[in-house]
Amino acid sequence: MPRGSRLLKHLLLIAFGLVMLYPLLWMISSSLKPEELIFREPGLWPSAVTLDNYGDGWTALKHSFGYYLWNSAVITGLSVLANLVACSLAAYAFARLNFPLKKLWFTVMLGSIMLPHHVTVVPQYIVFAELDWINTIWPLVVPKFLATDAFFIFLMVQFIRTLPRELDEAAAIDGAGYWRVFLQVILPLCMPALATTGIFTFIWTWNDFFSQNLYLTNSDNLTVAVALRQFLDSSGESSWGPMFAMSIVSLGPIFGFFLAGQKYLIRGVATTGLK
Amino acid sequence: MSESISVTPERALAPKRAPDQPPGRRRRTPHVNVHRRREARAAYVFLAPWFIGLFVITVGPILASLYLSFTNYSLLEEAKWVGTDNYTKMFFEDDRFITSLKVTTVYVVVSVPLQLAFALGLALALDRGLRGLSFYRSVYYLPSLLGGSVAIAILWRKIFGTDGLVNGLLAVFGIQGPGWVSDPDTALGTLILLHVWTFGAPMVIFLAGLRQIPQSYYEAAAVDGATKLRQFRSITLPLLTPIIFFNLVLEVIKSFQSFTQSFIVSGGSGGPVDSTLFYTLYLYLKGFKSYEMGYAAAMAWVLLLIIAGLTGVNFLASKYWVFYGDSK
Repeated sequence: MPRGSRLLKHLLLIAFGLVMLYPLLWMISSSLKPEELIFREPGLWPSAVTLDNYGDGWTALKHSFGYYLWNSAVITGLSVLANLVACSLAAYAFARLNFPLKKLWFTVMLGSIMLPHHVTVVPQYIVFAELDWINTIWPLVVPKFLATDAFFIFLMVQFIRTLPRELDEAAAIDGAGYWRVFLQVILPLCMPALATTGIFTFIWTWNDFFSQNLYLTNSDNLTVAVALRQFLDSSGESSWGPMFAMSIVSLGPIFGFFLAGQKYLIRGVATTGLK
Repeated sequence: MSESISVTPERALAPKRAPDQPPGRRRRTPHVNVHRRREARAAYVFLAPWFIGLFVITVGPILASLYLSFTNYSLLEEAKWVGTDNYTKMFFEDDRFITSLKVTTVYVVVSVPLQLAFALGLALALDRGLRGLSFYRSVYYLPSLLGGSVAIAILWRKIFGTDGLVNGLLAVFGIQGPGWVSDPDTALGTLILLHVWTFGAPMVIFLAGLRQIPQSYYEAAAVDGATKLRQFRSITLPLLTPIIFFNLVLEVIKSFQSFTQSFIVSGGSGGPVDSTLFYTLYLYLKGFKSYEMGYAAAMAWVLLLIIAGLTGVNFLASKYWVFYGDSK
């Protein structure tokens, strides 16, 4: 390609990227502006900078925003742990062990990936209500310990299948049982798949609104997602500055994981899409 | 008695097995047999959490919601059997249900092809040794990660508000824009735009697919004098159809279940005038706001059938346009 048109292509790609990110950049810039300037200035550069919005937003609800961040962190952390443990156990069995009806169960597992969550939510809610689990974290976490995020089982099965079987066999000849093979041979080699699982679980759980909004209604155990929504409801069309500020705070952890784990994210999207 | 019936003539006539020809199973040494049994037992232990989850969290509730869909149930009272009332009411009496179906269909039919077109276009632009590929890829991918969050939905509501960013920009050109979110004609459009904005995930899948196409095909085509456009039509597009198909199925299923965006942008109502009343939002309102759980369960089953149907149709149609190479 000639130099000129290559340069033009880069310019176009950068311009397009800017258009895409403009809403985000505008939100960041708006969160630093005094309230009355937000909608008078569509540009990015604030003519006056203040951190008041962050202070006001942090304390706008019943608890400080840090409290909601902590609630989200607990649920998200447990979900990540749950998916790593439960999905890798199941994935090892599907990828390496033989057992009766394996094909059938594998098909069922694949089918459950496509299953809309809404189909099961009504009876699940009834059961969790019977157990008195509404307004606790259990409806959000316990299913994950039971490997209900089958997508990650699939992801790990695909990964384990690429590992040479000779490793398992060598370990078995040395007298290792299934558990030792799993813990000492397979898991250490699975780190990329585990990282992908961990990061995606983090982001999806952190972003999840439907389930958290359903099960957490008490103002003392709201997560970031639900708290933001309450913020929106309580302040209506006013106080956009503080709301933008807290929105940015809520996106911070996702952005952090994105920066740290890009490689795994991109690879995860690409491989599960293809194989 | 049933045994004697099931004996087929051939079987009945066949000589009894000679002791030196035991059936297949027995021929294995006991050692192998023990080994197999141990392996199966281990497998079921590894799968135990998944099995419990499958039956308690997934299959049980699916069947329970099928039962509930034929009842009236509100958490407080016993479920009352009403036959197919919920289903007939849905399709013949409930205008809001039909509206939600229409809104969701328009959303899926418009936003998914647009999103995939952007994804494919950008993937093509980024393909093959472009400098800064991973940088561009990250920038375009970021919205996919954030798009489902409440924060972005809040931002969207404000960007397209009466005095929001878009109208602020339009005002620079002297144009007075409408309140995009509060106008029933444009509200759904803003949600479609939000979905298109998250084209990064399918784009990454397209990029991985493009990388699988051997460079030599293009070289051969170039030697034969094929133009870039011709190369795209005759090499890239056919070889990419399985990936396009995969993305299509995935995005249709996903977008049919969109919830957060319409919930936040419309303030939980699906308004204005039900113009953003997504299917799942209506299901939520029925099941968990007015506690008509039987009705919500029936809606859930219709959703399941719709998604199964769409996937099935996609798979059938794929025979005519998806190219699987020499293997088929």
